[in-house]
Amino acid sequence: MRLKLEKRPAPSTFMLIATPIASVLLTMLIGVIVFDAIGIAGERAVIDIFLTPILASYKWQDVAVKAAPLIIIALGLSIGNRAQIWNIGAEGQYVLGALAAAGVGIAAGPDASSLTLIPMILAGILGGAAWAAIPAFLKTRWDVNEILSSLMLTYVSFQVLGYLVGGPWQDPNGRNFPATAPLPEQLTLPILFQGTTVHLGVAIALILPFVFWLVMSRSVFGFQIRVVGSAPHAARHGGFDAKQTIWAALLIGGGMAGLAGALEFTGSLKAVNLGFPSGYGFTAIIVAFLGRLHPIGCLIAGFVLAVTYVGGQVAQTTVHIPNATAGIFQAMMLFFILASDILIRYRVRIVKAKGAHA
Amino acid sequence: MQTPPRLDLSGIAKRFPGVLANDNVSFAVQPGEIHALLGENGAGKSTLVKMIYGIMQPDAGTITWNGQRVTIANPKAARKLGIGMVFQHFSLFEAMTVLENIALGMDANIPARDLEAKIIAVMQQYGLKLEPHRIVSTLSVGERQRIEIVRALLLNPNLLIMDEPTSVLTPQEVEQLFIVLRQLAKEGCSILYISHKLHEIKALCDTATILRGGKLVDTCDPAVETSRSMAEKMIGGSLKDITRGEGRALGSVKLTVQGLSVPKDGPFGIALKDIGFAVKAGEIFGIAGVAGNGQNALLLALSGETPSANPDAIQIDGKRVAQLTAKQRRLSGMASVPEERNGHAAVPDFSLSDNAILTARDRMGMVSGGMVNARTAKTYAGEVIAAFSVKATGPAAMADSLSGGNLQKFIMGREIMQKPQVLVVSQPTWGVDAGAAAAIHQALVDLAATGSAIVVISQDLDELLSLCDTLAVINEGKLSKPIPVPGANIEEIGLLMGGIHGENQMGENHGETAELAHAS
Repeated sequence: MRLKLEKRPAPSTFMLIATPIASVLLTMLIGVIVFDAIGIAGERAVIDIFLTPILASYKWQDVAVKAAPLIIIALGLSIGNRAQIWNIGAEGQYVLGALAAAGVGIAAGPDASSLTLIPMILAGILGGAAWAAIPAFLKTRWDVNEILSSLMLTYVSFQVLGYLVGGPWQDPNGRNFPATAPLPEQLTLPILFQGTTVHLGVAIALILPFVFWLVMSRSVFGFQIRVVGSAPHAARHGGFDAKQTIWAALLIGGGMAGLAGALEFTGSLKAVNLGFPSGYGFTAIIVAFLGRLHPIGCLIAGFVLAVTYVGGQVAQTTVHIPNATAGIFQAMMLFFILASDILIRYRVRIVKAKGAHA
Repeated sequence: MQTPPRLDLSGIAKRFPGVLANDNVSFAVQPGEIHALLGENGAGKSTLVKMIYGIMQPDAGTITWNGQRVTIANPKAARKLGIGMVFQHFSLFEAMTVLENIALGMDANIPARDLEAKIIAVMQQYGLKLEPHRIVSTLSVGERQRIEIVRALLLNPNLLIMDEPTSVLTPQEVEQLFIVLRQLAKEGCSILYISHKLHEIKALCDTATILRGGKLVDTCDPAVETSRSMAEKMIGGSLKDITRGEGRALGSVKLTVQGLSVPKDGPFGIALKDIGFAVKAGEIFGIAGVAGNGQNALLLALSGETPSANPDAIQIDGKRVAQLTAKQRRLSGMASVPEERNGHAAVPDFSLSDNAILTARDRMGMVSGGMVNARTAKTYAGEVIAAFSVKATGPAAMADSLSGGNLQKFIMGREIMQKPQVLVVSQPTWGVDAGAAAAIHQALVDLAATGSAIVVISQDLDELLSLCDTLAVINEGKLSKPIPVPGANIEEIGLLMGGIHGENQMGENHGETAELAHAS
C-alpha cells in the first residue's frame, strides 16, 4: 500500500477554504504536543495564545488594533504575490511610510490643523511606494531579483530610521532618547469608540478589503494581475506589459505598507522610535498566504494572526513562555498552509501494491 | 507450429478519473509487421502505447509477448524484452554531443569507445547519417530524431514504437525514415507506428488499428482503404471538404512585411533575417518550414509581443504598425494565434469567459472605464462556443478542462469572430483531430472570403497546400520568395525546408538550392 497524488479535474474550492482552517487547527494541536513534550503546559499555552484573546472581551480592542496594519499590508502583498512578484520588504516600506508621515507632521509644526493628517497619511503611502520603487526599478532595468533587493532594503530602512530619530528629527525634550516628539493631539487619528484604543485605521482596514476585492475581480487591472501570475506568456499575448505589472505590483505593495505605517504612527504609537518596526511587514506575508491571496481572506487571516500576537503576550504572563513563542506558531501556520496547498489541485489516493514483475 | 504474434493485446482497459482511456482493446502485431495505430487526439493511442512500454499498467487485460504472458513493470523491463520506443518529444541535452546523449540513455554501462563503434555499426547498417561528436544544438530536428532511433536500435529491439515520427520532418526526411523502417521490418523487427497522417500509413503500413474514444473501431488493411475511409472511421462520421466560394478574386495588398529582422532570443533562439512578404485581401499566405527555424519569433514579431526596430517593417493597409504594442495592433485590426495553446494563447486555469477577455476585450467592447463587463465576455464566449461547436460545459468551463482540439477551436473562434483585417496563426491544427481541423480550415477560408488577409505558419505541408493561395518557406530565420500554390513543386519546397541542414552527401547541394531560390 502506498499513497499517490492524483490531479483533480478542477481545483477544489472546498480545499481552498478548508486547508487554511486545518492549518490553524494543526498548529494548535502540534503546539500542545510539542510544549507538553518539553515540559510546559501545552494546552494552557495554546488556549492563551489562540482562544483567550477571542474569549476575553477586554482583549478585543488589542486584536483589532493589531489586525489593522496586518490586513492593510497583506492586501498590497497579495496583489504582488498573485502576479508572482515577491515583495519581502514590506517591513521597510512600513517604516518609510511612518517616517514620511512623521516628516510632514514635523514640517507642519505643533500648531498644525487636524487637516494636516490627510497629507501626512498620503505622504505615508508615497513613502512606502517610493521605497518599493527601488526594487521595481532594479528589476525592470537590470532584472535584479526583487526578493533580495526588497528584503535588504528593509535593513537599510532601519538605518534611515535610526539616523532620523536619533538626529535631525529627535525630540529636543526627549531626554536624548532616539525618538520623534509625540504627535500633538489634533494630529492623531480619531478614536472610533470612546475609552478604547480602536482608531480610524481599524475602520480603513475593514473597508479596504472590499475595495480590493472589487478591483481584483472586476477591473482590467485585476485581470492583468491574475493573468500575469497565472500565465506570463498569455499576458504578453493579451497585450499586458510585464514591466508595467512589476511596477504596479511593487508600488501598490509599498503604498499599502506605507499606509499601514502612517496609520500605526498616527493612530497607535504617536511617535516614531527605534522600536517602531515590530515585524508586521513580515507577519503580513503569512496573512496574505493564510488568506489565500484573496482580499476577504486577508481580512480574516489578519484577525487570526492578530490573535496570536495578543495571545503571545497573554501566555507570556500566564505560562511564562517568551513572546517569541507566538512567532513560532505563526511560522508553523505558514508551513502548514504552504504544505497543504497541493491538496487544492491534487488529491491523495491510497494505492494497493501490485506484484510487479516482467 | 505457427509462430505466435510478436505482441498480442487482449481486453486492455485503463481508467483515469472521469475517463475510460482504453476500453477492451485487443489486437496483435506480427513479427516484421509495420502496424499503424490510428486515432484522433484523446482516442487513447498514447495511453495504450505507454502500457506497452511499461510507463503505465493496464487495469484489465493481458499482454502476450512472443506467446508468453508478461507484466511490463517499467520501461527498463520493456527494453529488456526488446521493446524500443521513439517519442514524439525528444529527450536530448542540447549542449552535449550525440555520443554523450546516447550514452546517458543506456541501461548498461558501456565504455565510450565500444559504444561509438556500436553506434557507427548501427548507422552503417541502416544508412542513418550522424556525426557522433556533433553537439545536439547544432543538429536539425530530423538528425535529432535519428539519435533517438539509433538509441532504440542499439538495443536490438523486436518491436519499435514510433510516436508521430514525421510531424517535424521534411518530405525528404520522411522518405529516408521510411526506408529505414522498411529495412527494419524486413529483418523481422515489428513496428508500431502511431500517426494521423493517412497517406503515410497507406504508403508504409501493413495493417492499421483504429481507435476512437478508447475503443477499437477496426483493424484494416491500409492498402485497400482510402485515406478518406480511414479518416471517417477515426472520427466516426463523414468528413467535410473545404468549400470555397466560386470566382474568388484577391483584393489589394493588406499586410506588408519588409525588412523585418529580430535578434535571436537566447543561445538556442533563431534570429529573423530581413523577412519580407505581402498578403492581399482575401489571400491565405502559408509559411512552411521545419520546426525551430524562426516560426515562433516570426509570430511574436507580427503579433507585437516582440517589438520591432524598423518602423516600416510591418504595415496594414499602408499604416505602419511595427512599433505598436500587441494591444494597439489588435485595435488596428490584427489578431494572432500562437502555436502553444496552454499558457500562451490561453490561460489554462481561467474560464473560457476570462480567456475571451484576454484578447477580445478591446475589440468586442468588454471594457468600460477600466472595469471588465463580465456579462459581455460571457455572451461572447458563448457565441464562440456555439459557432465553432466547442465541446465545453459553457463559458464558465476552465480552459484546461477542454481537449486540445476543442480549446484550439475556441481560440481560433475567439480571434476569427472579432473579424480581424489580418489574422496570423501558427500551427492552427497542431494536435487537433481531423474533424476539428476541417472546421478550423473552413473557418479560415470563410474569413479570407470576407476580405481579410491570413497568414498561416505551419509545419504541416499538406495543410498549407490544401489551404493556401501562396506559400513561402522559412529556414534559419530567412524566408524564401513566395511560391503560388497551384502548380507548386513539392520537391522544391522540400529542398527549401531542408535549407542548409542538408542531407548527407547531398547536403551542400541542398544548401545551394535553397540559396539560389533565395537569390532568384
